[in-house]
Amino acid sequence: MTKSKEKMIQMYMTMYRIRQFESKLQEFFADGKIPGFVHLYLGEEAVASGTCAALRKDDYITSTHRGHGHVIAKGGDLKMMMAEIFGKSTGYCKGKGGSMHIADASLGILGANGIVGGGGPIAAGAGMAIQYRGEDGVVVCFFGDGASNQGTTQEALNLASAWELPVVFVNENNGYGISCPTSKSMAITDIADRAAGYDMPGVIVDGNDVIAVNEAVSAAVERARKGGGPSLIECKTYRWRGHFEGDACTYREKSELDEWVKKDPLPRFSKKLLDDGILSKKELEKLHAKIDTELQEAIAFAEESPLPEPADIFEDVYA
Amino acid sequence: MAQKTYMQAINDALREEMERDSNVLIFGEDVGQFGGCFGVTKGLFEQFGEKRVRDTPITESAIIGAATGAAAAGLRPVCELMFVDFIGVSMDQLFNQAAKMHYMFGGKISIPMVVRAPQGAGIGAAAQHSQSLEAWFMHIPGLKVVLPATPADAYGLLLTAIRDDNPVVFLEHKLLYGVEGEVPEDAGPIPFGQANICREGTDVTIVAFSKMVYSALEAAETLAGKGISVEVIDLRTVTPLDIDTILNSVKKTHSLVVAHEAVKVAGVGAEIAAQVAESAIDYLDAPIMRVGAPFTPVPFSPPLEEAFTPGAEEIVAAVLKIRS
Repeated sequence: MTKSKEKMIQMYMTMYRIRQFESKLQEFFADGKIPGFVHLYLGEEAVASGTCAALRKDDYITSTHRGHGHVIAKGGDLKMMMAEIFGKSTGYCKGKGGSMHIADASLGILGANGIVGGGGPIAAGAGMAIQYRGEDGVVVCFFGDGASNQGTTQEALNLASAWELPVVFVNENNGYGISCPTSKSMAITDIADRAAGYDMPGVIVDGNDVIAVNEAVSAAVERARKGGGPSLIECKTYRWRGHFEGDACTYREKSELDEWVKKDPLPRFSKKLLDDGILSKKELEKLHAKIDTELQEAIAFAEESPLPEPADIFEDVYA
Repeated sequence: MAQKTYMQAINDALREEMERDSNVLIFGEDVGQFGGCFGVTKGLFEQFGEKRVRDTPITESAIIGAATGAAAAGLRPVCELMFVDFIGVSMDQLFNQAAKMHYMFGGKISIPMVVRAPQGAGIGAAAQHSQSLEAWFMHIPGLKVVLPATPADAYGLLLTAIRDDNPVVFLEHKLLYGVEGEVPEDAGPIPFGQANICREGTDVTIVAFSKMVYSALEAAETLAGKGISVEVIDLRTVTPLDIDTILNSVKKTHSLVVAHEAVKVAGVGAEIAAQVAESAIDYLDAPIMRVGAPFTPVPFSPPLEEAFTPGAEEIVAAVLKIRS
């Protein structure tokens, strides 16, 4: 099998892994099985998958409140993720962080983030560290359409361009900042237009087309690795669920969602894999079964894991 | 022993740590060729070059955030805020990001960074360039908060700050920059959380830090003339707080005055008073007194600024009040 075929299959598996993980969380949240709240990534899987497939293990990402997809795509461990979301002591953050604060330094994941726009300056800083050490690593800063209006994002874009930092800003434009449509929160239609103000490439891609995302991000990553500086890639996509689970979505028409569900990135890509003969139907089913088992194991691990002890509250306040 | 200014001591600590550890770098507004707004980083750009002493745009969130990201990725950045007042622009990056990452991520990522910032009134810089904000930082778990009073402490505490694996807020009083003091040739890092008893006494304990230490010592001298023996404690750091040294002193003197330049309301003095009341109220012979600025923004005109800024006179008055 050629490398590109292998990569295509990996990208599909990542998308399917995210889809199944998030669908399970949707179910668990409805059943009251998980504490706090969750922001699901359903419908946006192609962005995380296509982006992270362009990265190496030692590259960095900064993520968002809707971060499960990014963490999974960067190689996050499903068991530790699920355990964290269940608030268990075996989770990524020993139950200290939850859904919005999963990080894994060994995979370059500098954290999901509960603050909209919080990750931009941190991404610039990680890029600065790479540049300072003369390495060829890259940082991807995932940020939403809402975050694109935050001052922190503009400061990070400016610093990255002024210093030619190896940062790829991957915008997930899902059309809504919580309940507010982008038509009300910004005067422009395309967030990629903002790149011009920072003298960096601004590219628009179909965020539901994993290959398009991967090609655009790969080009930006190559450019950054060679010292060419930052880029901004706007991925047009849609979140199927509300801002958070429990959001009744009274601010948007059901028909709008239906239109986007028709553009579901998964069947679209699996059809291509089948049509191009990269996978047979049987192989696809086998991959699904493998991931389903992996997920079942993660759920069992999370369910069986112990909760933290109250005294653990004092651990890790300081290094 | 070498006689040095507070500013030179900070500059020396920065230089020596940069020579010792290539992971240490400096950035902030005008810290490069310009040498910093107050001149603290003078000469470092010439010695280490732009790669390690870098001017940033005037974007404080990006400065604090870039330090956070660089620290997460393995460097030991020391960033400068031109005035502590500008933290308002960048507070999220400090208190929601840098301060919490180690905890939120279950100890998996450390953030070894220092934010240096001058604070304090006294140069006619008015309400947005003169505040003392240590209480804001002390309120946030995950941050360490350092307020040196002397050149020797500024040097030794900054070495410790740069070597610490946590975000440290290093607050320099701008009126102390020109103050001279002895810095031993063999000076090394001074551990956090160890207060300095600068004057021993038996009748009253005065707890202070930063510039207010000088006012406390001056007040102690005045009070000695009135037959009152004052013990002066310089906290050096408010997080970690050396409460044991304070309690031990209070158990001896049976009375306490806490003095700082920041607004008295909800200041560090309130926290110390509460902790002492909780642990040692039976030892106290008098109410705990706090000396701090009035609950107003810092005013501009010299007589107003002087009326705002507490000093030795206010400390003496507080002591005499509880001794009468």
